[in-house]
Amino acid sequence: MNRMAEPLVRFEGVRKAYGAAASGYAVQRLDLEVEKGELLTLLGPSGSGKTTTLMLLAGFEMPSEGRILLGGRDIARLPPHRRGIGVVFQSYALFPHMSVAENVAFPLEVRGVPRAARAERVRKALAMVRLESFGERRPTQLSGGQQQRVALARAMVFEPPIVLLDEPLGALDKALREEMQYEIRALHQRLGLTMMYVTHDQQEALTLSDRIAVFEGGRIRQLAAPRRLYEQPENAFVAGFVGENNRLPGVVRSAPEGEGRDRAIRVMLDSGTEVLARPVDAGAPGSRCLVAVRPERVAVAAILASEMGEDALSARLVEVIFQGDHVRLRLSLGDGAEVVAKRPVGAGMLPEPGTLVSVAWDPAHAHAFAAEG
Amino acid sequence: MSAGPATPRIPARIAGREAPAAPVPPAAPPPAPPPTPARMRAPLKPGRILLWAFGVLAILFLLAPVLAVLPLSFSAGSFLHYPLPGLSLRWYADFWSSDFWLPALWNSLRVGAAAALLAGVLGTLAAFGLWRWRFPGQAVVMAVLLAPMVVPAIIVAVALLLAFGPLGLTSSFTGLILGHAALGAPFVVVTVLAALQQFDATQLRAAAACGASPVRAFWRVCLPQIAPGVAAGAVFAFATSLDEVAVALFIAGPAQRTLPRQMFSGLNDSISLTIMAAAMVLVLISGLMLLAVTLLRRPR
Repeated sequence: MNRMAEPLVRFEGVRKAYGAAASGYAVQRLDLEVEKGELLTLLGPSGSGKTTTLMLLAGFEMPSEGRILLGGRDIARLPPHRRGIGVVFQSYALFPHMSVAENVAFPLEVRGVPRAARAERVRKALAMVRLESFGERRPTQLSGGQQQRVALARAMVFEPPIVLLDEPLGALDKALREEMQYEIRALHQRLGLTMMYVTHDQQEALTLSDRIAVFEGGRIRQLAAPRRLYEQPENAFVAGFVGENNRLPGVVRSAPEGEGRDRAIRVMLDSGTEVLARPVDAGAPGSRCLVAVRPERVAVAAILASEMGEDALSARLVEVIFQGDHVRLRLSLGDGAEVVAKRPVGAGMLPEPGTLVSVAWDPAHAHAFAAEG
Repeated sequence: MSAGPATPRIPARIAGREAPAAPVPPAAPPPAPPPTPARMRAPLKPGRILLWAFGVLAILFLLAPVLAVLPLSFSAGSFLHYPLPGLSLRWYADFWSSDFWLPALWNSLRVGAAAALLAGVLGTLAAFGLWRWRFPGQAVVMAVLLAPMVVPAIIVAVALLLAFGPLGLTSSFTGLILGHAALGAPFVVVTVLAALQQFDATQLRAAAACGASPVRAFWRVCLPQIAPGVAAGAVFAFATSLDEVAVALFIAGPAQRTLPRQMFSGLNDSISLTIMAAAMVLVLISGLMLLAVTLLRRPR
């Protein structure tokens, strides 16, 4: 077996403190590898350390501790202009006094590429972002989406080993944002570009990424491919931050039983029903826990829970919300806790709000986490 | 994230460009006036008339001395009094052929240009440093840089004389230019700081990410965008040097006599009306400067 090739980027025990270290770390003991050719997204709420991590790699921040390796070389102390890394900023940061073509040519001009070769590479880069005919315009004459494509072309034109994108679509409206997501993904796949992408939008992260690192409080809570992150979150934070989840508090009643996919514990929910769930990091019997179930995994039946089976919960349908491609059902459990269920439009008759119904799910899709702070 | 660049508050009025418009709250619809169909036009309110009258009076007060004295330069007579005995350009001809006035005009322009250039370079660098980085003692540095604006000129002149004497810089162009550059630099600092408030510091990061060194990023990305502010400051510095008399009296030797300095001694020696022609020339140059600044400030 071949050993995996050396990763393109490696953070080794990197910490970053602002001001006095006593005020805490913005990034704490980060170990992270970026493989060549992948699109890695750093996802997290604001202040979670994801942007700081990107800025550490770009060179706009210096780590307090640790090493940052790019192609095996420690670049942690190198000034940004010697790192040769492309960066796309949320505010585009195009140079307003230069034309679009001059903007894209700037990295080549700095590197002393001869004028003729420069023009050809600028043309190619602009063609890549479908702006061939916009070279003569000023950045201010372009729309937000076009400006961000110019910024992308400027960050790629000098063929950097990795392109960093700091919430590049944050300033765009929803429809344009989705269009640009597919465009970035297509560029990444067509050119085999390595990209590190920062966003707080979990939907964007799921759409774009090969892998996602979920940040919270200056550390990575989970690093996995989108599908795995969504279906097998490793802790309550990730379960709550990525995608929508019903979060039902309860107490662990039994130690795990069964093997593999059938491994399960019994949990007494605060609403008074005992359910089965897959233990993720839930504690010993008697400890508080949180059961997370995706709305699309919640089955609703207009029959009484007692007729449905031993793990069904009795609930009252509170509201039915039409959302185009699906309907959301708001259901109230005994003690006021709520469960949301999603159903495709046209999937059978819906009961009237106010009726007593039963809800159930496959225990394999109910994850039991240790209750967090 | 690092804190944004320090941007000391400075008056934007003397800026190369207008400061960004303060966020104006959406104008509330004015309370509907009571329906009075008889009178459609609002009458001129007394407060408005008073404001206009005051404004006109202030302008008159500022311009009257200049306006009163300048026609004398066209006098056909030889004395400083009205009515003019007739119109002539004889004093201008005298000015233009005089080896008393012409070298002084030449000196003024040379010293002014050199001082403006020096103040422009140093003032721009100082403003950029003050804007880009936050450091202890920043307020003190700012105050020292702006001091020549508020310290009485005569004190600056005496201080320069005492400091330049031992260095052999008195009675030299170098000394005079250095002195005038110090007087003009604050204008550059102020106009460039105002121009920098419009400049997005992220562009410097973008330039670095493109591979540009800090010097190159400043030269290629920042400077072209703040150039109107730099130019406006340099024009102010030139104008300052042009009508500066105190430092010129103390520092300049016979070879460095500037126009205002020459007018000062001309007034003492003999009341020739050529001095009025010289004054007119100064006013004309100042007017051109004012025009230049107005053009530089215009949004493009």
